[in-house]
Amino acid sequence: MDRLLQLLSENSSLSTEQLSMMLGEPEDYIAAQIKEYENSGIIRGYQAVVDWDEVPDSGVMAMIELKVAPQQQKGFDDIAERILAYEEVETVYLMAGAYDLLLTVKGKTIQDVSAFVAKHLAAMDGILSTATHFMLKRYKENGVSLIDSKNDGREMIV
Amino acid sequence: MDYTDKLAQSIRSVKPSGIRRFFDIVNEMDHVISLSVGEPDFQTPWHVREAGIASLEKGKTWYTPNRGFKELCAEIVKFYKRKYHLTYSPTEECVVTVGGSEAIDIALRCLVTRGDEVLIPQPSFVCYEPLTVMAGATPVLIETKAEDAFRLTPQQLEEHITPNTKLLILPYPNNPTGGIMERADLEAIAEVVKKHDLMVLSDEIYSELTYGGKKHVSVASIDGMQERTVVINGFSKAYAMTGWRLGYALGPAPIIAMMVKLHQFCIMSAPTTAQYAAIEALRHGDNDIETMRNEYDMRRRFVVGSLNDMGLTCFNPEGAFYCFPCIKSTGLSSEEFCTRLLQSKHVALVPGSAFGDCGEGYVRLSYSYSIKHLTRAMQLIREFLKEL
Repeated sequence: MDRLLQLLSENSSLSTEQLSMMLGEPEDYIAAQIKEYENSGIIRGYQAVVDWDEVPDSGVMAMIELKVAPQQQKGFDDIAERILAYEEVETVYLMAGAYDLLLTVKGKTIQDVSAFVAKHLAAMDGILSTATHFMLKRYKENGVSLIDSKNDGREMIV
Repeated sequence: MDYTDKLAQSIRSVKPSGIRRFFDIVNEMDHVISLSVGEPDFQTPWHVREAGIASLEKGKTWYTPNRGFKELCAEIVKFYKRKYHLTYSPTEECVVTVGGSEAIDIALRCLVTRGDEVLIPQPSFVCYEPLTVMAGATPVLIETKAEDAFRLTPQQLEEHITPNTKLLILPYPNNPTGGIMERADLEAIAEVVKKHDLMVLSDEIYSELTYGGKKHVSVASIDGMQERTVVINGFSKAYAMTGWRLGYALGPAPIIAMMVKLHQFCIMSAPTTAQYAAIEALRHGDNDIETMRNEYDMRRRFVVGSLNDMGLTCFNPEGAFYCFPCIKSTGLSSEEFCTRLLQSKHVALVPGSAFGDCGEGYVRLSYSYSIKHLTRAMQLIREFLKEL
């Protein structure tokens, strides 16, 4: 995998100067490379990895499995596009296996999420069934462990 | 009771490690950003840990043969063939030890005695000098220099040889400088060694951590040197297996036989579980080494670049996972520099003087830490320098 992309996906706050040192490439080359990734849509944005469990009143998160009747020609794309337009929806994936689409949905309360599923998702044409799982605790987010102890674990030893 | 007279004079006279003294200060402080630890931050690869666990599940909890499992010796010998083009007999020229440290100790005790002189290039790992003293011999220190990339030169070697010189220790890739010895350097050293009929103890524990597209060259692979070299290596650095305590020595059969004799009396056999894990590491661990080396290499470039950028001249290290920046421009001694950095910014480095008097004016910085940790530390060192 591209080392630059890997580094940015782990920590997007690294400066071009730091990346240039780490990868042993000139800074302007790194900057141009990043620009190209941004322009081509490979890099879509930069976000912080937040441990929402630590943020008061940050709401609830649910994973929702959807079974969908695929449409002729368009398959699942059309319905996926309709779903992703809702701002409550954080991610939409097409899956292989027992169901078709997997969503993560954010809401203020469990009731909010339930209402969203009942009113918008379950009622949508082509959706055959839904299964909603509420998230209880986050252990790891975007490759970052959220339970890391501050302790290094290594002893000061000669 | 006063134990002064009860303790052997020989052990009382050995100086405690300079790193130890500094670590004692660090240990008393909270929230220290340490760049001082000399072991991998990676955990042992999972498949290697699994092999250890599987051996325990099967109840393989007995001693191993004194010199180590046959399968392990066979894999070690294959590793040295595959990586460094050397041929050893697994049954006669290999012994598995408790870390590289034990191998260094027993090799010294087998090779030198009272009246013998041992040449030790410095700055280098803290154990060579005391272990030489404990073996009864006399350490003769050779100061390597930044302008020589901390390599040992044949001239320096010649200058320190006397009729009593018996052994040369070659600690490359080097802790703390990150210096390496390339083939041409070793060939020049080998000429002097052969001319004076010396033996060599080559501590190659960091051999797999050689960067910039360069490959480690073992001094034993230089023409005529295998018969006069004891190679020390182990699993700690290459496979992130420090806590398993496993190393080995390769060398001429008569020397290894003596080392096995000593080893069987003081150790019996190296840890059994660790030996099972090490077999797995040698058989299927080449990719793990590659992954870790690439990661260290990236950190190395980052740290060296950052240090030079903030005005601390840093010799470009090509091995191990340390940088050894020169701090003479600050006007501080290496111990003052480290103490003040620790007090004002809570960043812990190791004074270069802990690795020999010639390390004065330098500090050791380990980059065996995550980029996030290193980025923060570099920022704090930069602030510290500005405030000086």
